[in-house]
Amino acid sequence: MSTTMNEAAALVDSEREDLQVESKDTYNYKVVRQFAVMTVVWGVVGMLVGVIIAAQLTWPELNGGVPWISFGRLRPLHTNAVIFAFGGSALFATGYYVVQRTCQARLWGGWLVPFTFWGWQTVIVLAAITLPLGITQSKEYAELEWPIDILIALVWVAFALVFFGTIVKRKTPHIYVANWFYGGYILAVAVLHIVNSAAVPVTMGKSYSAYAGVQDAMVQWWYGHNAVGFFLTAGFLGMMYYFIPKQAGRPIYSYRLSIVHFWALIFTYMWAGPHHLHYTALPDWTQSVGMVFSLILLAPSWGGMINGIMTLSGAWHKLRTDPILKFLIVSLSFYGMSTFEGPMMAIKTVNALSHYTDWTIGHVHSGALGWVGMITMGSIYYLIPRLFGRTQMYSVKLIEVHFWIATLGIVLYIAAMWIAGVMQGLMWRATNPDGTLVYAFIEAVKATHPYFMMRFFGGLLYLSGMLLMLYNMIMTIRQGKHAVAAIPVTQSGHGHDAAPVAASVAQS
Amino acid sequence: MADFVSDFWSHYVSIITIVSIIACFLLAFLTSRAKLPQPVNGEVETTGHVWDEDLAELNNPLPRWWLYLFYITCVFSAGYLILYPGLGSFKGTLSWSATGQYDEEVARMDEVTAPLFVGYLAQEIPEVAANPDAVAMGERLFLTYCSQCHGSDARGSRSFPNLADNDWLGTGTPEHIKNTVLNGRNAVMPPMVAAIGNTPEDVTAMANYVLSLSDSRHDAALAEKAKPRFAVCGACHGMDGKGNPAIGAPNLTDDVWLYGGSLSSVEYAINNGLNNRMPAFGELLGEGKAHVVAAYIWSLSNTPEETASAN
Repeated sequence: MSTTMNEAAALVDSEREDLQVESKDTYNYKVVRQFAVMTVVWGVVGMLVGVIIAAQLTWPELNGGVPWISFGRLRPLHTNAVIFAFGGSALFATGYYVVQRTCQARLWGGWLVPFTFWGWQTVIVLAAITLPLGITQSKEYAELEWPIDILIALVWVAFALVFFGTIVKRKTPHIYVANWFYGGYILAVAVLHIVNSAAVPVTMGKSYSAYAGVQDAMVQWWYGHNAVGFFLTAGFLGMMYYFIPKQAGRPIYSYRLSIVHFWALIFTYMWAGPHHLHYTALPDWTQSVGMVFSLILLAPSWGGMINGIMTLSGAWHKLRTDPILKFLIVSLSFYGMSTFEGPMMAIKTVNALSHYTDWTIGHVHSGALGWVGMITMGSIYYLIPRLFGRTQMYSVKLIEVHFWIATLGIVLYIAAMWIAGVMQGLMWRATNPDGTLVYAFIEAVKATHPYFMMRFFGGLLYLSGMLLMLYNMIMTIRQGKHAVAAIPVTQSGHGHDAAPVAASVAQS
Repeated sequence: MADFVSDFWSHYVSIITIVSIIACFLLAFLTSRAKLPQPVNGEVETTGHVWDEDLAELNNPLPRWWLYLFYITCVFSAGYLILYPGLGSFKGTLSWSATGQYDEEVARMDEVTAPLFVGYLAQEIPEVAANPDAVAMGERLFLTYCSQCHGSDARGSRSFPNLADNDWLGTGTPEHIKNTVLNGRNAVMPPMVAAIGNTPEDVTAMANYVLSLSDSRHDAALAEKAKPRFAVCGACHGMDGKGNPAIGAPNLTDDVWLYGGSLSSVEYAINNGLNNRMPAFGELLGEGKAHVVAAYIWSLSNTPEETASAN
């Protein structure tokens, strides 16, 4: 008996010996680790810049008259940092992790894999340098100038090759639903980025858009809204489809629902851009078409929310004790809320009130902080211990604290912006019987000031939560070691007879 | 047809839009109709596919309420595109357009306000300024259109004239004010450095002389030195420096400084000249509003009753 046990122990040890380093028989966790760590780092940076500009809106003298830290330059830095640095790194980390584990295959592509990491980080650093210097294409969420755009395109093509190369060499017979979403997001973002960034270069730091006038505006918002639809939605739905069933330990609620909402979502999003240009020089017909497809988008969006939340049926009690699951599920509630709000705001009559007000900012942040931020935090909290050979984060209690601080921050933020936005819209349109405006513009600004302050505190709370996450991550890494996970030899995919994944910790 | 170079594109847009809405509808409809494996013992089963040890998918049907929500949005869209412009150059059965809506709203408001302005326009500006309703309206117009430069209290700031101190670059008559609102003003002072001696010392001396005119802080010896050369400035500002309202040349003796009253500000003006511009508001406001806003501006420096009795 004891001999057998010793033998077994020896066998396990020898296996562990084999698995101390990554090889072709292990998953590539290195790149996942790199991106996961940078997700948290860029999250702190991007949200800090957000809090700074929220403070500048409240107390304008805070820019100190220095052009490099003025609102107009820091605002694109904030959006680029949170979308592309924080969100982008999270999508790389989880995409690479999910595609490997659900395909039972190591990432394909050799040097292309590290190239995507270092290339993407270079893009982020270049953005952090050029944007404060005022070097910009002046297209929202596509501010970076053409040399950086080319680097983005190269990294993105490499990303696509690695991702689809891994799908091709998969050992599972079917492609898991999360990978449809990651795949759709990768393809669409490539098309969007290349088309919208087309420009005539003049110098290294200056170019002119390939499109003119209202066509340029339309291309920009076709890009802009699909940046939301694909970068910030489809990609994160991929995350949702892996980490929620994993953390809940439950199967996806409905395979059929995932098919319908996937195809409807990626198809309909492509039409919705014109709602950003209601009541402008864009022809009426284009605005109408944009509006109706934005409305149709409601059901496909909610399909994702329903499928995620219903996955929890039979495991609702876990919400009480598991802060990671709280992050994941609450993110879906915010997703459902903002994807209801979005189609409503796309209706021209509503848009006439909401457009150009802080309501839009509130809407974006209920999606960004609530949906994108929280699903990312939940997923990264799931990943970090697994990547660093731990069973859980350094402090589960801190995850719980993070969750509540973040939730409170979001509620403060979006409530402030809702009130401010509707108030601005109503003040701007109020007229006296003699046809004059009731309020001068500055009066609406003055009335908004307390809500700007409230938003600043909301943002500050959200940032504080992120700092807790950074601390929790650093402590987890200090206690942990680089995990190496072997790719199971047996195919999972034909029932529950799959061999358990041999995961171990490098002893180095 | 205006938005399309040919009918082809109009048809292209219409067909692709209609087909897309129908496709959304059919996607939901056909998927919901396809047969699902029946639950065993009341338990919905998974599809049988498994990934990464334990990831599976249940065979639950599409939630009914969700399906109907999807249908409703498709049907609403079809109805909307019948009523409103959207299918290429088809105008929609309501013949609605954004410019049409704008014109309609403007016309509706004009209908209300036109009689008001007819009444005001029939009166002289000082008379209008005696009417509290008109002055209140003028103030609201001022806050909307003028306050960005001249400030909410009309007291201006550097480069933007104070309109409330009864100190005018022009004549300050009601007609002059209204004319400025309607047609704007361009103010130009040429660089004078070459005309007054060309050296920095000459410029400093002249600046001191200019400051001496209003008894501002200055170096009397330097001012005395520059005095004879002021003749060339006097062409516009007058030999006594009291300005010329007819051409908008400022009075230099009253210690009111639009561009700053420091030595260096005056030196800057002599060295580089000055350019200033107030845009014309005639097209934007129309004569009625310009008349009322001029009455408000005039009232800031004048008391209507006095003028009325003086008349």
